[in-house]
Amino acid sequence: MNVLEMRDVTREHGAGQSLVHALRGVSLAVRPGEFVAVMGPSGSGKSTLLTLAGGLDAPTSGTVVVEGVDVGGLRRAGLAALRRRSIGYVFQDLNLIPSLTAVENVMLPRELDGVRARRARREALSALADLGLADLAGRFPEDMSGGQQQRVAIARALAGDRRLVLADEPTGALDSRTGEDVMRLLRSRCTEGAACLMVTHESRHAAWADRVVFLRDGEIIDSAGRSVPESLLEGTA
Amino acid sequence: MSIRHGLLALLSQGPRYGYQLRAEFESSTGATWPLNIGQVYSTLARLERDELITRVGADDEGRFVYRITPAGEEDVRAWFATPVVRADRPRDELAIKMALAVTTPGVDVRTVVQTQRAATLRSLQDLTRLKAGAPDDAVEPGEHAWRLVLESMIFRAEAEVRWLDHCEAYMVRVRPVDAPPAAPVAADDAESAEAQR
Repeated sequence: MNVLEMRDVTREHGAGQSLVHALRGVSLAVRPGEFVAVMGPSGSGKSTLLTLAGGLDAPTSGTVVVEGVDVGGLRRAGLAALRRRSIGYVFQDLNLIPSLTAVENVMLPRELDGVRARRARREALSALADLGLADLAGRFPEDMSGGQQQRVAIARALAGDRRLVLADEPTGALDSRTGEDVMRLLRSRCTEGAACLMVTHESRHAAWADRVVFLRDGEIIDSAGRSVPESLLEGTA
Repeated sequence: MSIRHGLLALLSQGPRYGYQLRAEFESSTGATWPLNIGQVYSTLARLERDELITRVGADDEGRFVYRITPAGEEDVRAWFATPVVRADRPRDELAIKMALAVTTPGVDVRTVVQTQRAATLRSLQDLTRLKAGAPDDAVEPGEHAWRLVLESMIFRAEAEVRWLDHCEAYMVRVRPVDAPPAAPVAADDAESAEAQR
């Protein structure tokens, strides 16, 4: 089963003269273990694609299915639970809560989902350690550099067992070495069975993906890369 | 760049057999530049003729050991001290293809750009897989050398994609409504062209 499936998804903004087609009939599936990158010029619909995939916005037409659940058919509470449980977000706007420490920021979504504090803390510390932030767990966002804050946001997206990781330019504030570490981490999450959809304008980062999808004017125009080998699909279907 | 300077640089580290030079050259370039043994010996013959190396003794199987001469040492020093001049490299076919795509009627520049971009990204993916598979904490000098060569190819591919992005953006800017002559203009395209203006 695909972790994410978008079928003939269209998103329009405005009406009449000011009608904008942000996405035009996009179909895209991401399998367990698959890392997909989305590239395209600004205004091509990359970020719209990601917000629709994450259930943060609703398509004008078409369906978005996450882990077999039609996102459009969910009520608000069900959608919120799906977003917390199944989806990890790394967006350009980090949304770290300033009054919480790094580890508390990472724990928060898990606790909201009913995970006990001790377990949530353990998961959070492990996710922070994966990103080389073990020593900064007790720091507040304002006492960290931009790059460190960004890594905390990534840890928050990866803590627990998120099956779908959505990332919008996740390496924006990071130097090339740390950026590469983040790519290795996303890559290894996928190898462990997660699905990752990442928007980037950096081809060096897109190249870590199994498949690169090119968007132009709201449409998928091309893709590069090989699909997941059959051996990886066995037992996950 | 020449095999000649590569072999000479290896010989500046000490005398070596021909087959040794081939193995070391390939490992330090991560097997990205495979040499056949014939190339190695013909290059060595030229270096010997130019008195940059000499043959010293042979093993039981009649294989020679080569040693660098003072003139050869000087040549290596000069090579490292001299920047590589880009004009010395073969002309860039892609740049020429793009230039002609822009001026040849009936050629859709965006398609040419995208075809190349997808191909370059595919090779970038292959290079990245090689890098991902290599240990991050290499100890062997050969592994460092390979890593650097690999990354130079990654940077070059990345630069090519950026340049292609630039070409596309530039063409959209200078010819915003110029649709490929063969393709009919759909209603949607007309709308988006209007939105761009």
